[in-house]
Amino acid sequence: MELTRRDAVAALAAIGIGGGVVYGAFEFADRGVSDGTPSGTEDPDSLLETTVALAEVVYPPEVTEVEPFVREFVSGRIEDDDRHTAMVDAADALDARARSEYSASFYELDPEEGDALLETLGMSEVDPDPEGDERERIRYYLVNELLYGLLRSPKGGQLVGLENPPGHPGGLEAYQQGPDR
Amino acid sequence: MSATDRAPSERVDVCVVGAGPAGGIVAHSLAERGHDVVVLEAGPRVPLDERLERMERHQRPAHDWTEVWGMGGDRDAYTSTGDVDYPLNSTRIKGVGGTTLHWIGYTPRLHPKDFEMESRYGLATDWPIAYDDLRPYYAEAESAMGVAGAEDNPFAPPREEPFPMEAFPPSHSDSILDAACEQLDIDVHSVPQARNSEGYDGRSACVGYGTCHPVCPSGAKYDGSVHIRKAESEGARVLDRVPVQRLEHDPEGERVEAAVYATPDGTEHRQEARQFVVACGAIETPRLLLLSKSDIYPDGLANSSGAVGRYLMDHLLYLVTGRLAEPTGQHQVGFSTSVTHQFYDHEESTPGSFFVGFLNYAGPSPVEAALGDGGWGDDITAAMERSYGGHIGTEALVEQLPDPDSRVTLDPSETDDHGNPVPQIHWTVGDHGRATAEKAIRTQRDILEEAGASVDYATPAHSPLSGSHPMGTTRMGDDPDESVVDPRLRTHDLENLTVASSSVFPTGGAMNPTLTIAALTLKAAEHVDADL
Repeated sequence: MELTRRDAVAALAAIGIGGGVVYGAFEFADRGVSDGTPSGTEDPDSLLETTVALAEVVYPPEVTEVEPFVREFVSGRIEDDDRHTAMVDAADALDARARSEYSASFYELDPEEGDALLETLGMSEVDPDPEGDERERIRYYLVNELLYGLLRSPKGGQLVGLENPPGHPGGLEAYQQGPDR
Repeated sequence: MSATDRAPSERVDVCVVGAGPAGGIVAHSLAERGHDVVVLEAGPRVPLDERLERMERHQRPAHDWTEVWGMGGDRDAYTSTGDVDYPLNSTRIKGVGGTTLHWIGYTPRLHPKDFEMESRYGLATDWPIAYDDLRPYYAEAESAMGVAGAEDNPFAPPREEPFPMEAFPPSHSDSILDAACEQLDIDVHSVPQARNSEGYDGRSACVGYGTCHPVCPSGAKYDGSVHIRKAESEGARVLDRVPVQRLEHDPEGERVEAAVYATPDGTEHRQEARQFVVACGAIETPRLLLLSKSDIYPDGLANSSGAVGRYLMDHLLYLVTGRLAEPTGQHQVGFSTSVTHQFYDHEESTPGSFFVGFLNYAGPSPVEAALGDGGWGDDITAAMERSYGGHIGTEALVEQLPDPDSRVTLDPSETDDHGNPVPQIHWTVGDHGRATAEKAIRTQRDILEEAGASVDYATPAHSPLSGSHPMGTTRMGDDPDESVVDPRLRTHDLENLTVASSSVFPTGGAMNPTLTIAALTLKAAEHVDADL
């Protein structure tokens, strides 16, 4: 199941980034339209490298070609300055752990090493918490962030035969037709 | 005057307490008639452009349900002492829009029998008005809120007007349960709901976010903020975060003179008005009246009958869920599309009324399954396949009868953030409710088993969930010794105090109450207008 940049645009649109969200004629405030350029102050390059590498580890193996998806998705998400800062901090913390264990940045690890590092961090037992300790913030702002972006997109829904997963404004046809597999 | 100026207005025509659907509708109705209206709301304004973020809070496991709309804390403190715990802070929202911010949006009308429980069955009490009295207001409410529906319900009460919008078509899993119902001779039909099946009243058609309860990001689902905005466009003034502390009456105890409210910095102000409408639901409405006791009304304002706070009802909610070997396509839409009202108009007094709805969101969603597992990679696929797939389910709303000992009182042992006693909720279910629940649960099981599902959960009959529909605590009636408001929704005791809320329901039936609240509110607005 190949991910594309278009899938990321769909995932972002569902979250209200990029102008694709359906506001209808409702009187929502104008949030503007993204050109994909982060507006925060931190350099996003290392964050993007880290999240692409992390997605290679945390995304289900059926999902391929994750890089364009993750780059687009994360770039959209960090338009919010607070989230940008929090994600960069979490990525720095994950990187520091990687350097401690493997003497390399997280994006330099192969997926098996990345997986092992997450196990070492006890990431499967950590409660995601945006205000929590370092591991809890890694779980919330990186691991769960990437999974959330995928699973509310139509491509993520396809993992279980779901055309219009909750959180995606995919219209009213899919629910009438039932699962597509 | 700035948007955050919370100083009182000069004496206005109408002061409305509460900015939920009743408060919004009455404020709009009176403002468009040219009256000066001020609305006082305890909770905050909720900017529309925050709804996607609130949806994310709902979907991601780091966030508690109450974080979505900011319920709980000292502001919303309460105690629960009844047979069944009353989960007030997961069912009620304080804010502009009120609890409709997270309601599911179903808008059936009550049936004629709901107005005649004593005459027909010797149970409870009759309403002082009949279904036919409310019928034109029901039609008006459906138009005002925007209701999608179809006239395919053979059990529905009579109506002459078409629904404003077409009903939503049935789901794939409905077809599975519909086939089972056909074998059981149960007729299935659509659900009227205040959700746009097409663009309506300047709001988007539903686009299938699937998270209606608790957040509709598209605005397709009606909520009370719609009429608050309409009221403001007609000149009404709406103050948020100004909980009303008490109502003060004149020396004779005949008229309310002012609503005393607190601003966020703790300062108290008096808003004077010619007419007052209390529209803060079936918990806070009696609480406010009880907090407003005086020398003339030592047991609470408008409480000469002693009925304020009594006769608390809710709809008893029962879920029965199961699994099939085949995929059922859950969670692609956030509302039900098929129900049966076949068991509503009962012949015997007990068991009473209930209806059964088919769930389109049974079992965990893919996001819940994946993020709740804690794993990644291969584990994600396994968790989703384990948790998502053949879920199917039904819900039943069950009638309970009014009981004077099921009630809201003040708990002086605990105070809120303004030092006021918190509401103490003593909710009892009663034998009629339990007997009706047993029949409802049996029916739900029969449907699932006929469909070939293995039942994996059924709410126990003696321990229902709350339907989140508190009702009955300032009941309507002709007799001032037994009721709080008259058929004009005006209190018997005070000539300029009206109540617009499910709190005026003498009985509650088993139908979702918000359309009836809206219909009664439109009726009340006419009476207030006539009194001005």
